[in-house]
Amino acid sequence: MTVTTITDAQLAPKDYASDQEVRWCPGCGDYAILKAVQKACADMGLKREHTVFVSGIGCAARFPYYMSTYGFHTVHGRAPAIATGIKLANPDLDVWVMTGDGDGLSIGGNHMLHVLRRNVDLNIILFNNEIYGLTKGQYSPTSRRGTRSPSTPLGSIENPVSACAFALGAGARFVARSIDTLQPHLISVLKRAHAHRGASFVEILQNCVVFNDAVFEQITGKEVAPDAQVLVEHGKPLVFGKNKEKGLRLKPGTLELEVVAAPAPDLLVHDETNRPLAQLLAALEPPFPTAMGVLFCSPAASYEHDVYAQTGAAPGRGGDLDALLNSERTWEVGGGEGEGEVP
Amino acid sequence: MATSSIAGPQREARDSVVIRFAGDSGDGMQVTGSQFTLETALAGSDFSTFPDFPAEIRAPTGTTFGVSAFQIHFGGTDVMTPGDAVDVLVAMNPAALTVELNDLRVGGTVIVDTAAFNERNLGKAGYQRNPLEDDSLAKYQVLKFDITKLTADAVKPHGLSSREAHLCRNMWALGLLLWMYGYERTATIDWLKRKFAKKQVIAEANIAALNAGHAFGETAEMAEHMVGYVVPKADVEPGRYRTVSGTEGLAWGLIAGMRAAGIAKLVFAGYPITPASALLHTLANLRAYGVITFQAEDEIAASGAALGAAYAGALGVTSSSGPGIALKTEMLGLAIATELPLIVIDSQRAGPSTGMPTKAEQSDLFQAVHGRNADAPLAVLAPSSTADCFHIAIEAVRIATKYMTPVIVLSDGYLAHAAEPWRIPSEADLPRFPVTYRTDPEGFHPFLRNPETLARPWVKPGTPNMEHRIGGLERDYDTGHISYDPDNHARMTKARADKIAGITNDIPLQTVALGEEHGKLAVVGWGSTFGAIHRAVQIARDQGRDVAHIHVRYLSPFPRNLGELLRRYDRVLVPEMNNGQLVKLLRAEYLIPAESLPKVTGKPFRVTEIAQAIRKIS
Repeated sequence: MTVTTITDAQLAPKDYASDQEVRWCPGCGDYAILKAVQKACADMGLKREHTVFVSGIGCAARFPYYMSTYGFHTVHGRAPAIATGIKLANPDLDVWVMTGDGDGLSIGGNHMLHVLRRNVDLNIILFNNEIYGLTKGQYSPTSRRGTRSPSTPLGSIENPVSACAFALGAGARFVARSIDTLQPHLISVLKRAHAHRGASFVEILQNCVVFNDAVFEQITGKEVAPDAQVLVEHGKPLVFGKNKEKGLRLKPGTLELEVVAAPAPDLLVHDETNRPLAQLLAALEPPFPTAMGVLFCSPAASYEHDVYAQTGAAPGRGGDLDALLNSERTWEVGGGEGEGEVP
Repeated sequence: MATSSIAGPQREARDSVVIRFAGDSGDGMQVTGSQFTLETALAGSDFSTFPDFPAEIRAPTGTTFGVSAFQIHFGGTDVMTPGDAVDVLVAMNPAALTVELNDLRVGGTVIVDTAAFNERNLGKAGYQRNPLEDDSLAKYQVLKFDITKLTADAVKPHGLSSREAHLCRNMWALGLLLWMYGYERTATIDWLKRKFAKKQVIAEANIAALNAGHAFGETAEMAEHMVGYVVPKADVEPGRYRTVSGTEGLAWGLIAGMRAAGIAKLVFAGYPITPASALLHTLANLRAYGVITFQAEDEIAASGAALGAAYAGALGVTSSSGPGIALKTEMLGLAIATELPLIVIDSQRAGPSTGMPTKAEQSDLFQAVHGRNADAPLAVLAPSSTADCFHIAIEAVRIATKYMTPVIVLSDGYLAHAAEPWRIPSEADLPRFPVTYRTDPEGFHPFLRNPETLARPWVKPGTPNMEHRIGGLERDYDTGHISYDPDNHARMTKARADKIAGITNDIPLQTVALGEEHGKLAVVGWGSTFGAIHRAVQIARDQGRDVAHIHVRYLSPFPRNLGELLRRYDRVLVPEMNNGQLVKLLRAEYLIPAESLPKVTGKPFRVTEIAQAIRKIS
């Protein structure tokens, strides 16, 4: 392993790349995500020695090997649990969890639920390509009904889970969505996620060029994108279309969104602290535009922060082991009878 | 409180006595037993206890499956187990009588609460007729008291409801038993005052019941069989003693081990499971000692969090029982592959699957030693007593950190709850084995091995210029980078095996616990069976038989002299609470014709069971 000593405070994106050859399929969306993360790290001036990338299993899980930070490639689905242990042992570390739709929402769905509800201070980046790539193309928990794959030759008959809706349901306090190819946007979302204290959940729509190519084409295609995406920004009206000629509002008398011509007086203004609105936005799917950006952000004390706050207040005997061993009832044998009790 | 006045001529001497308190799971039998244990300890006797409670938290009142029992064996000498045959059975209801009577020795004493032997309770216990009114208990001395009424009378001045008064029955029974053996009540009275500090009336009522039971023994109201006994004090090493359960021993040992290693934090991650949860509860109260406890969402996450903590430089510990350990298997593989220190405590219970959660077994030995995919060696240790739990936990930390390996500690449901007197060690006398986190980047790669131990360096994330990646993929021996090279995999597999095998040079030689280092028969045990085997071998030796007791604490790797030692005996007998696991490991490792003495009833061995087996073959 080559050890490079960098003393300059300012690192370039390339300084966050390890010396390992990147081995994703040519054209894979993961390359763009790697680039975006390295750029975000450089922009934020992250210290490599304080940064840990933790992953489970899958294509996305190779990510830590390509970063020059600390990295731990673990067991399928379990990265949130391992990352929780890292934060409990050392809350000062900057810990990222890199996962995929199978890793994070299928085999690791339970861990994802609990790491989000506990609000452990982690940056959780979920690469959603709606397919199992590393195992050669089986349908995943985010695959749409009808997806034909080696294990669903007649088409999937399962209903997919929405990653962002799941995260919000689990109680996540930061939920965002972006796209592998939407570079400046993705980088800004990653920076927002990093700035958030507590669990940050970012879903990235990522193209699997081999097993599920163009699955997001109806959202990300150049021609359709303006009408198929609504880029949400806190305090700004929810408008989209080539000329921002369409907008979202609450359908009168319901709890549903509807598309109307913009501008209009009753267009919704994005409030990222509003969980019900985030839930409505997360659930939007074609023919509605797909919501991109920070859907929800409402910080609260993180789990490990509270753990240490409690520990600091824990009663004890100043950590004296002998006092602990001699606590409660003790008695002397030989050399003078009697019993002692250390309060 | 003076008790000397009743130590009159009517007191009979006993070397040791076995008492079993049995009643409904809501009758407070565990508390009664624990308090009796404390008074025994304070009086200077040796003791060994064993709680036996049902899996149901509150089974329907009066049913046989709701019977909760606590057994204590106490006296001056030879107290090594909770005892084979019960001398005194306290049965608070008919269900307790029918469930526990089999273990009462012929001529033994049974104390019953007559009020509880009503038609309803008799029916629930399956009695056609009241056993107190026919000759079915003729083999025993039956002491029949209306404990319900006597308790109610005693607590009357305190104005309790009849239900509250009923809950004081156990203290009345405890008072009587304390009188029988000439023990004090002071510690129990103190305890009641503390426990019910906020409900003073309840404390006073319980104390009144306790005193009433005691006074009942002392006054003339008793039957002619109701005599007092004296048991001698134990002849033990001078020093300060306390009661220790296996759970406490493990918890304190882990903290002592962390401190001995100079590690700042212990991250303990667990998931509720019987009988392992007690360790989580105990450590959750010890945060002032650098302990962080984490109740994870499942067993897998618990092992993952512990491993993550170890990766970050803390002492990572996870704990469970058999089925939960099975779920941790994959994480153990990752710990082996990434060569991180991880402590896994397995409180074994009867299985397979859910099995009998509250009953002890030693049937996870195979799981611990071999139960993983691929060639995945790790270290396995087993404490032989509740006091040994403390030292085994320290040793587990030493081996895990020195060799960068997971270590499984095989406790069991019996050790977890059993209690014995323990001479309290001083931290200054404990071993020290400070760990070194690598900080020097010169020539570093994450799988560079210490030539002596073959351990890789432990690097805390956060250390500048040491950034590196590890994971479950096979890695190159010389660089630590991912490698699928066939020869490299063979080399790494061997390195992992050699590292664990090499631990044998760093652990004590196997000693003989009792007897000569050669002879006709070696009885070889491991884990919580120590007391029963030791006593059985002692009996056989007193009868002139050429028998030795060998107890193995290091199960993977074995002590380096074990094979040679076992070959010096004509026969080797292996009693264990499973269907024959250590016996197979010994046969496989040393090609010796070791013979099995399995016991799989969920109950600990009786001394007589082992003694009989010894008689048969020696």
